[in-house]
Amino acid sequence: MSERLAVRKTYKLFIGGRFPRSESGRSYLVENTNVALASRKDVRDAVVAARSAVKGWSGATAYNRGQILYRAAEMLEGRRDQFIGLGLPAAEVDVATDRWVWYAGWADKIAQVYGGANPVAGPYFNLSAPEPTGVVGVVAPGESPLLGLVSVIAPAIVSGNTVVVLAAEPAPLPAVTLAEVLATSDLPGGVVNILTGRAAETAPWLASHLDVNALDLTGVADQALAVSLEQAAAGNLKRVVRPPAAPIDWTADPGPSRITAFLETKTVWHPKGV
Amino acid sequence: MTATTTSSLAEVGRSAATLRTFLHGLPGVDHVGAEQRAALLGTRSIKTGAKAWAIDLAIRMVDLTTLEGADTPGKVRALGAKARRPEPSDPSCPPVAAVCVYPSMVPAAVEALAGSGVRVASVATAFPSGQVPLEVKLADTRAAVAAGADEIDMVISRGAFLSGRYVEVFEEIVAVRQACGAAHLKVILETGELGTYDNVRRASWLAMLAGADFIKTSTGKVPVAATLPVTLIMLEAVRDFRAVTGRLIGVKPAGGIRTTKDAIRYLVLVNETAGPAWLDPDRFRFGASSLLNDLLMQRGKLATGVYSGPDYVSLD
Amino acid sequence: MNAFDYAPAPESRSIVDLRPSYGLFINGEFVDPADGAGLKSVNPASEEVLADVAEAGPADVDRAVTAARAAYETVWGPMPGTQRAKYLFRIARIIQERSRELAVLESLDNGKPIRESRDVDLPLTAAHFFYYAGWADKLPHAGFGPHPQPLGVAGQVIPWNFPLLMLAWKIAPALACGNTVVLKPAETTPLSALLFAEICQQADLPPGVVNIITGAGQTGAALVNHTGVDKIAFTGSTDVGKQIARAVAGTGKKLTLELGGKAANIVFDDAPIDQAVEGIVNGIFFNQGHVCCAGSRLLVQESIHDQLLESLKRRMALLRVGDPLDKNTDIGAINSATQLDRIRALTQIGGEEGAHPWSPPCELPERGFWFAPTIFTGVSQAHRIAREEIFGPVLSVLTFRTPAEAVEKANNTPYGLSAGIWTEKGSRILSIADKLRAGVVWANTFNTFDPASPFGGYKESGYGREGGRHGLEAYLDV
Repeated sequence: MSERLAVRKTYKLFIGGRFPRSESGRSYLVENTNVALASRKDVRDAVVAARSAVKGWSGATAYNRGQILYRAAEMLEGRRDQFIGLGLPAAEVDVATDRWVWYAGWADKIAQVYGGANPVAGPYFNLSAPEPTGVVGVVAPGESPLLGLVSVIAPAIVSGNTVVVLAAEPAPLPAVTLAEVLATSDLPGGVVNILTGRAAETAPWLASHLDVNALDLTGVADQALAVSLEQAAAGNLKRVVRPPAAPIDWTADPGPSRITAFLETKTVWHPKGV
Repeated sequence: MTATTTSSLAEVGRSAATLRTFLHGLPGVDHVGAEQRAALLGTRSIKTGAKAWAIDLAIRMVDLTTLEGADTPGKVRALGAKARRPEPSDPSCPPVAAVCVYPSMVPAAVEALAGSGVRVASVATAFPSGQVPLEVKLADTRAAVAAGADEIDMVISRGAFLSGRYVEVFEEIVAVRQACGAAHLKVILETGELGTYDNVRRASWLAMLAGADFIKTSTGKVPVAATLPVTLIMLEAVRDFRAVTGRLIGVKPAGGIRTTKDAIRYLVLVNETAGPAWLDPDRFRFGASSLLNDLLMQRGKLATGVYSGPDYVSLD
Repeated sequence: MNAFDYAPAPESRSIVDLRPSYGLFINGEFVDPADGAGLKSVNPASEEVLADVAEAGPADVDRAVTAARAAYETVWGPMPGTQRAKYLFRIARIIQERSRELAVLESLDNGKPIRESRDVDLPLTAAHFFYYAGWADKLPHAGFGPHPQPLGVAGQVIPWNFPLLMLAWKIAPALACGNTVVLKPAETTPLSALLFAEICQQADLPPGVVNIITGAGQTGAALVNHTGVDKIAFTGSTDVGKQIARAVAGTGKKLTLELGGKAANIVFDDAPIDQAVEGIVNGIFFNQGHVCCAGSRLLVQESIHDQLLESLKRRMALLRVGDPLDKNTDIGAINSATQLDRIRALTQIGGEEGAHPWSPPCELPERGFWFAPTIFTGVSQAHRIAREEIFGPVLSVLTFRTPAEAVEKANNTPYGLSAGIWTEKGSRILSIADKLRAGVVWANTFNTFDPASPFGGYKESGYGREGGRHGLEAYLDV
């Protein structure tokens, strides 16, 4: 009797909660596996999916978002061995899971830390509260493929944003696997969209897209590309997180700055009268 | 306010339900916004010729008032003399609009003002509290009118109003209106006891619907008398009432208006809220006593270029 | 006289002692520009030249940035926050003491009514310095980490609509956080900034901490592109904001932008109507409508459209247009011929597109730049006057039927600076405020400002906040 032949997995894109092939029909080889090569039209579809998810996700209660993200962490923990099987160090997988849990807890706290009542000099109630900015385009970092990815996705979505993530070109398998984790969690489709392929090809479309509100360039190593993406982002004044000046220690306490980078502050005035 | 025709307005007072529905259907007043509007108008700067014109108009709008337990016919006669010729040395100084007294003082006022054109106004209806049976209020009114009062200043029952018994207040005004006969009726809302600007607006409409010729802020006998925002709300009410009915109802702030600056602020408020049609003693009055002398001193300053002093205007 | 005609009540301009010409304020003193270039600042109400003002070229910008750098490294950066705070308190006090003078100058140079410069611009300017003075020695407790650091030299470019107030919004937080600044006021309104420079001297502020360089767009561009600048703060048009964002790309300079708007002012049928009318008027006619957060789109519920418009027109007929220095003027002069052309062009397009203009009868002065308060009815979302910022006293009136439609229309714009809601129903206010994509939401009020209250936009209205604790973030390395 011959040895059992394994069923090989195809690694596809993650858009709107589904796993489509690239519209382009193209793929590239990573570790002898064909991975979808996203096209500009895939970017377009992902932005549409992300935009349609904004209303529901940002409109959910902070507690509910926290619950859903915590549930995703449970799924992540359950897939621990699978990530290790992709060659990731067990320690990175564990820190990534813990990082996800850490961010999940911010869902119903960031408004208290970052918002507040303003003591204005007049008979007014004046409150400032943070709100999600909308659709965030993310170029994921290549180093620490799972921890880095979690560290850019979780802070963006915890406040109610939705994301279109361009996975690191050399390390797409953890990204697609994370997509599978999210697909089996309670996260609504479209909140996280993950495109594999060449960021140099797809990122300009994301950076110039008028229905994208912010851009995280953390994973852009090419300085010239970073500049051109930041320039393109000026077209509709996207909020931009630039590539780090020095390598990031992803295991360190990140603080809330990656959350606040994708927040707007809304200030509401109302007179106090009888 | 919602589109209301004159004919349907006549129905409003028919029942507690229609009256309540109408009054509570009036647009709300935002407290802070109303006060800001009044304050902004208070910053208007009225100078030179405009100021002189405003001072003379303000003098013509004064209801020279004495409402004291110690009032005597002698005091009222002195007031009458002052009302006729506020500035004896200057014949160009106009007389005031009216002298406002208690009913018992009406005969003295009538005598003092005979032939002057200055009206005799009398508070009535158990001023200032209004806390007596309706029959007594009506008798009080009839007595004042019979003694020769041209104008009656009545008080509404704030207790009834605040407890939502709008029909009771409405019917009382209607009854006093009838008792007035040819005399003009000013209805005192006692806004200082109404608590909110929403209530001031409702009470204004209630009084106008019931037949008031004037709506008046205050008795002068409670801590909060006329204020600019309250007068603003009342001026808006008469403006809107005119738009719906075509009738022009007068407004009278009373109490606390002591200086020329105050008076001019009120006139600006009138001008820019109800409009120039109300810049007339038939449509706007000041219920005041000490205001007149400040108007006279300011008038003197404009005419002579030097500041006057209290010894140069008469005490009464 | 049977009408109440307010006699002229002009504020005296003798309190302002204008010099015939002004140099650049660099390193604590007024200096001539390297190439001697200049421009003239004009009173928009009379077209009279108020003063000659230097135009800074690249060499001057470099000089200013160098002075700011030196002051940052040697004096202001190392100075304890408690000391910086006292300088800011000192400046705030002098502004209060000289507020009448500053208000008159602001009205002369800008064209805004003295009532507004006196009662709005100046009190808020002084308050802004007082507010941030108090932060200078409390930064470790502001929520930006235990040792928040300044950025260095801030290049600041401000507009002409609130010359002194925008200066305060830029300089006060920058200095409080330990930065030094090079500020360029707008070319049509440089004078109050130059008087502020004198106030810095009067306060003995160390040289180089505040540098004021006058000039036009090229001066601004030179400042933005100067490699010695660590931070750019700009308030102005969205177009220029985009150019700046593009120019700053790749430089690592921190950038905050406060740009244009096309705010919806939403009036529901249960609104406090008289106050709503005031709010509409204040929303669009305050400062001649030269306000980025102006309520330039009135969204009125169909059921009260006619009644509200009638009230609005009655109220507009009372607006007094004319001499900015007259204490009774409600609407002053348009700031420049260029701006007047733009307002005229867009309003002409409004008419051509089929909207109906209306203005109250009002006599405009012969000289100077003037535009009567105007409303357009019958405007639809597709009209250019409903989409583009006019930046003048022109209101576009649109209607809606349901709350959902109001929100949809309000948000249907690339801008997102401010919005207004008028209704007596509390839960509706909260629900609508939640859904509006705008940085400032005024419910049952409009155009109220306070140094403690963060201000800034969503989407193409820019990013970053000015005012409040949030305003510190723009000037700290966080």
